[in-house]
Amino acid sequence: MHRPAKFLAAMMSAAALLATSACSAEQPAAENRTLKIVYQKTDSFTALDTLFKDAKKDFEAANQGTTVELQPIEANDDDYGTKLALALRSSETAPDVFYEDTFKVRSDVDAGYLLKLDGYLEKWADWKLYNEAAKAAGTGDDGGIYAVPLGTDTRAIWYNKKVLQKAGISVPWQPRSWEEILDAARKMKAADPSLVPFNMYAGKATGEGTVMQSFYELLYGTDSELYDQQEKKWVIGSRGFTDSLSFLKTLYDEGLAVTPAEALDANVWKKVFGDWLPQGKMGATVEGSYTPSFWQKGGNYEWAGYAEDMGVAKFPTQRGQEPGGVSMSGGWTLAVGADSKNPDLAFKFLSEALSKKNSLAFTVSGSQIAVRTDVAAEPEYLAANPFVKDVSELVSVTHYRPATADYPRISAAVQEATEAVITGALSPQEAAAQYDKSVRDQVGDAKVLQK
Amino acid sequence: MAERRTVRRQLRLLPVVPSVLLLLLFLAAPVLWSFHASFTNAALTGRNARNPAWTGVENYVRLFSDSAFPAAVLLTIVFVVASAVVGQNLLGLLIAGLMTRARKPVSAVVGTAVVAAWVLPEIVAAFAAYAYFSKDGTLNQLLGNAGAAGPDWLYAYPMVAVVLANIWRGTAFSMLVYRAALADVPRDISEAALMDGASGWQRLVFITLPLIRSSIATNLMLVTLQTLAVFTLIWVMTAGGPSNASTTLPVLAYQEAFKFGDIGYGTAIASVLIVLGLVFGIAYVRLLKGDKR
Repeated sequence: MHRPAKFLAAMMSAAALLATSACSAEQPAAENRTLKIVYQKTDSFTALDTLFKDAKKDFEAANQGTTVELQPIEANDDDYGTKLALALRSSETAPDVFYEDTFKVRSDVDAGYLLKLDGYLEKWADWKLYNEAAKAAGTGDDGGIYAVPLGTDTRAIWYNKKVLQKAGISVPWQPRSWEEILDAARKMKAADPSLVPFNMYAGKATGEGTVMQSFYELLYGTDSELYDQQEKKWVIGSRGFTDSLSFLKTLYDEGLAVTPAEALDANVWKKVFGDWLPQGKMGATVEGSYTPSFWQKGGNYEWAGYAEDMGVAKFPTQRGQEPGGVSMSGGWTLAVGADSKNPDLAFKFLSEALSKKNSLAFTVSGSQIAVRTDVAAEPEYLAANPFVKDVSELVSVTHYRPATADYPRISAAVQEATEAVITGALSPQEAAAQYDKSVRDQVGDAKVLQK
Repeated sequence: MAERRTVRRQLRLLPVVPSVLLLLLFLAAPVLWSFHASFTNAALTGRNARNPAWTGVENYVRLFSDSAFPAAVLLTIVFVVASAVVGQNLLGLLIAGLMTRARKPVSAVVGTAVVAAWVLPEIVAAFAAYAYFSKDGTLNQLLGNAGAAGPDWLYAYPMVAVVLANIWRGTAFSMLVYRAALADVPRDISEAALMDGASGWQRLVFITLPLIRSSIATNLMLVTLQTLAVFTLIWVMTAGGPSNASTTLPVLAYQEAFKFGDIGYGTAIASVLIVLGLVFGIAYVRLLKGDKR
């Protein structure tokens, strides 16, 4: 045991070294006037970084002796949520102001991570300018407001006009039912078999993208829903769920969407935005209102011709029933940590960061849908890209995810069901039955509703 | 006199104290914490985040009725046996054996090539393996040049891909251990066997292997424990998919603890992983003891 013991000792001391260096990297006992700001930053998402850098400069100039410490976390949405939750668990690491997903607000309020802002908002003149849906997004179960939204989004069908025209489909295109989507996709396939006619995400690799930009557009266009708000129960056994899975199966089985292997690559969306749509190799995809931000000047996949080549359509309901369209919305907020040592200062920074000037810049560069009425009325916002009006109108048919603590598991179960169907592992009926079982397992029989 | 001797003996233990303390701090403490957390409903968010409650064996009951669990245990064992016990271990022994006979420059080149994979940080190695096995990756380009069409490895054969990647990454460690062990085998014994007319195979089985038996056990123990804990490689290459076809216990534990924020349930899975490590460990310790008969 001589060698392993030595090896182990070496490993241990290495671990100790790492641990001490990790400690020393942290800030020395934060002085009272330091605000810690945590937010997400990725290569393709720097709008928020710009916003906070601007806010920091202005805020530090106006509040002498205050240091604003920006701590961007470079991660995707899932990992950002995890890292933020880990930081919030301890008052030592909890930030003063942070970027928070709307659908996590309620469970994080339950956890006691967020400071109630009602008292501050009363005195903040700008709060009156936020629209009602936006105010609701930051509301906790007790009716108090815990977070202020930065912007919201909607989802639509983005199609390449040239591809559709080549297949003899007239543009602007607006399918009225699922059947009309399949008809158009089949026409495109017939015109050019090498095309991906109509893509919808599926599987666990694309995470929330699978449900937000694909499955829920289907499910909420049937007469079923995911969660019964009145009963506060999860719906299982619904016809709409199986129908939605069957639709995805048809798309994938007939080769109208990407191949299953491509769908299960977490980076598939990069090819959708970066290669397939700009190069005319894809007819249409379901994506968010933020889509133009990738193609705009300075975006990740700059494409000057996008405004001319692309069109946007409302995702239809199953048989064209009322209200004639479906969209999903999410959005992000700023919140103040419950453990902040300087809550007054933290809120002051939050309101500075969300000033009209900063909000407008963020909304435009991030292709967000404005939540402040004064921003929504700005000519600069309306001219940000040719699709602002279309995607903003979708707010009238939009849905929000149920923001309960169980939600991430339910979402994962839905993603699993779609994966099983497109890979042919299970039939839509079997996958729906498995979904029902896992929902029962996850939330308990008392919280499900058989429909 | 006797007293002074005990004092001296105790003083001799002094240098061991720091490492024992470090072991307790960095090994025992997290393990105990993990066991403790697995009996609670600790969570990342929601009501249980700040004040987790003791829930007894609830997490374990749930775990053993979870359909994903037996599959993950099986995949973990397949991964460890195929990539560590068989792959890294045998390949490491083979390369080490060949290197002792090869010319110096040849063995230096081979050694460097093998160690290069081991020196890479795990995340870099994982991306390299992803680039190699992905649909338009290096492997399929090579196959294409040879006129064969390769499958989409990560999609069609995810376990084969991660097992091969782990063998590639970890073989260097076994090779180094066996190089040292083989260098210690006294020449005169095998020469004597040669004189007695033993074939190469007989010399390997009856002389070399018994002599390096303790190195084999030590090596098996270390590569097994390292491989049990492999996470980054699998996460980057397949993220446990498709349809959980490569979800080993560490991947499952990560998903439960961090994706769903269920720390209690995630640590229960981690505890099972520790027990699995213990089972392997005890088996190897027995192998070691057998050596000292």
